[in-house]
Amino acid sequence: MSSVLYDAQGPKAKRRNVVISVVFVAVVAAVLWWMYGVLDEKGQLAWALWEPFFHGEAWSTYLWPGLLNTLKAAALAMIIALPLGAALGIGRLSDHAWVRVPASVVVEFFRSIPVLVLMIFGLALFSEYTNVSADDRPLYAVVTGLVLYNASVLAEIVRAGILSLPRGQAEAASAIGLRKNQIMRFILLPQAVTAMLPAIVSQLVVIVKDTALGGAVLTFSELMASVSPMSAYYGANTLASFTVVALIFIALNFSLTSFASWLERRLRQGKKSTGAVVTADAVEELSTPGEHVEGKK
Amino acid sequence: MFDFLEGYNLWEAFWTTVQLTVLSAIGSLIWGTVLAAMRVGPVPLMRGFGTAYVNIVRNIPLTVIILFTSLGLNQTFGATLGSDQIDTTNFRLAVLGLIAYTSAFVCEALRSGINTVPVGQAEAARALGLNFTQVLTLVVLPQAFRSVVGPLANVLIALTKNTTVAAAIGVAEAALLMKEMIENEAQLVLISAVFAFGFVCLTLPTGLILGWVSKKVAVKR
Repeated sequence: MSSVLYDAQGPKAKRRNVVISVVFVAVVAAVLWWMYGVLDEKGQLAWALWEPFFHGEAWSTYLWPGLLNTLKAAALAMIIALPLGAALGIGRLSDHAWVRVPASVVVEFFRSIPVLVLMIFGLALFSEYTNVSADDRPLYAVVTGLVLYNASVLAEIVRAGILSLPRGQAEAASAIGLRKNQIMRFILLPQAVTAMLPAIVSQLVVIVKDTALGGAVLTFSELMASVSPMSAYYGANTLASFTVVALIFIALNFSLTSFASWLERRLRQGKKSTGAVVTADAVEELSTPGEHVEGKK
Repeated sequence: MFDFLEGYNLWEAFWTTVQLTVLSAIGSLIWGTVLAAMRVGPVPLMRGFGTAYVNIVRNIPLTVIILFTSLGLNQTFGATLGSDQIDTTNFRLAVLGLIAYTSAFVCEALRSGINTVPVGQAEAARALGLNFTQVLTLVVLPQAFRSVVGPLANVLIALTKNTTVAAAIGVAEAALLMKEMIENEAQLVLISAVFAFGFVCLTLPTGLILGWVSKKVAVKR
C-alpha cells in the first residue's frame, strides 16, 4: 500500500530524495556527535567501562542471574495465568448469567488497573498475611501482579480465539449430538488454542517487559535491577550497563515477536485448519478495558 | 472508615497521573505521526530509521527507558529540561520517556489506519497531480485518523496505565503514593481498592467514550 502514496521517481524526485537523505543523515549525525562529545567528556566511553562485558565475570555475577530471574518470573506468570485465563475466558462465553457476569467483572476490573498497582498490592499482601521470606517476597509479588493482570488479558485472548472460529464448527458439533461442554472441549478449544498461539507469544513479550517494573519499584533482582550494582562495581559505567541490558531485552523480545509473526503466517496459510487466528497485534486491543470482540457471523 | 486518607493528597497524585497522561499523549501523537509519515514515505533512509525506531523501542521495557532518562539523560548527559528543581525535572523526564515509548505504538496504529484507506483514494489524488506530502496530509491521513480512533484509544488507555512506571524515578503520581500509604497505614485492602477504583475511573470511561466516538467518526466503507 505504501508505495501507492507517491509516484515512481523521476530524475528530479530522485535528486530531491538524495538531498533529503543527506540532510537527515546530517541531523542524526549532529545529534550523535553531540552525544559522543558529552560522553567522551564525562569519560563514559573509556574502554575500561565497556571491557567488563567481554569477560565472563560481569555475565556470571550480574547479567545472567538477572536474566534468569526475569525469565523465571515471566514463565511462572504465564504458566499460572494461562489456566486462570482460560477459565475466565470460557466463563465469559457461558450461557449462564451467574457465570458470565462475575467472569466479565473480574476481567474488566483487572484489565483497567496498572500492573504496578497490582504488584505493590501483592508485595504488601505477602508481607502482611504470609510468612514468605523477605528475599522471596519480590518474586511472589511480581508474579502475583503479572498473573492477576495477564489472566484477564489471556481470558480475552481465549475468548477471541474461540470467537474467531467459523460458526459452523459449533453448529456441526451440536448437530451430531455433542453437549455444550463436549463442544467446548473437543471442538472449539483445540482449534482455538492453535488460533491464539501468536497472541499468547506476543503477550509473553509484554510479561517479560513488565518484570522490569519489579526490579525498579519492588527490589526484585531481575535483569534491569542488575544495572545499578553493576555500574557501582565497574566504576559508574551507567551507559554501558544500560546499553547491554537494553540489547539483551531487545534480542529476547525481538526473537519472541518474530516467532509470533512466523506462527501467524503459518496459521494463515495452513491448509488443515480453518485459518482462524488471533493476531499478535490484537493483543493491544484485548488488553484494553471495555473492548469487546465480535463473533463471526 | 476512610480515616486513613487523611494527611495524603490523593487528588494531587491522580492529577499528576492525568497530567503525565495528557502531555505524553499529545507528544506521542505528534512524534508518532512523524514516524508513521517516515515509514510510508519515499525516502528509503527515513523508512529504515522509522522501522528501526519502532522495532527497537517496542521491545525495550518502558521501565528501562524511564530509568534511562533519569540515570542516563539526567545524571550522565546533565539534561535538566529547563528546570532546576529535581521534582519538575523528573516529571519532564518521565513525560519524555513515555513519549519516546508510546509514539512507537501510535506509529503502528496509524500505519495500520493508512492501510485501511482504499488504494483508489491515493491513486486518484496522485492522478490530480498531488505530491507525496499533499497525498498524505490532504487525502490519506484525514481518513486514516478517523479509522484509528479505536486503536489510538487503546494506546491512550495503555499509556494511562503506563504512567505508573514514572514512580520508578520518583514522580509523585498515584502508584508512588499508594506504595507510600501501604507502607505507613494498616488498611492494605482498602487503600488498594481506592487506588484501583481511581484507575478504573480513569481508564474505563475513556475506553467507552472513545469507543463510541470511533464508531461515530469511522468512514463507512
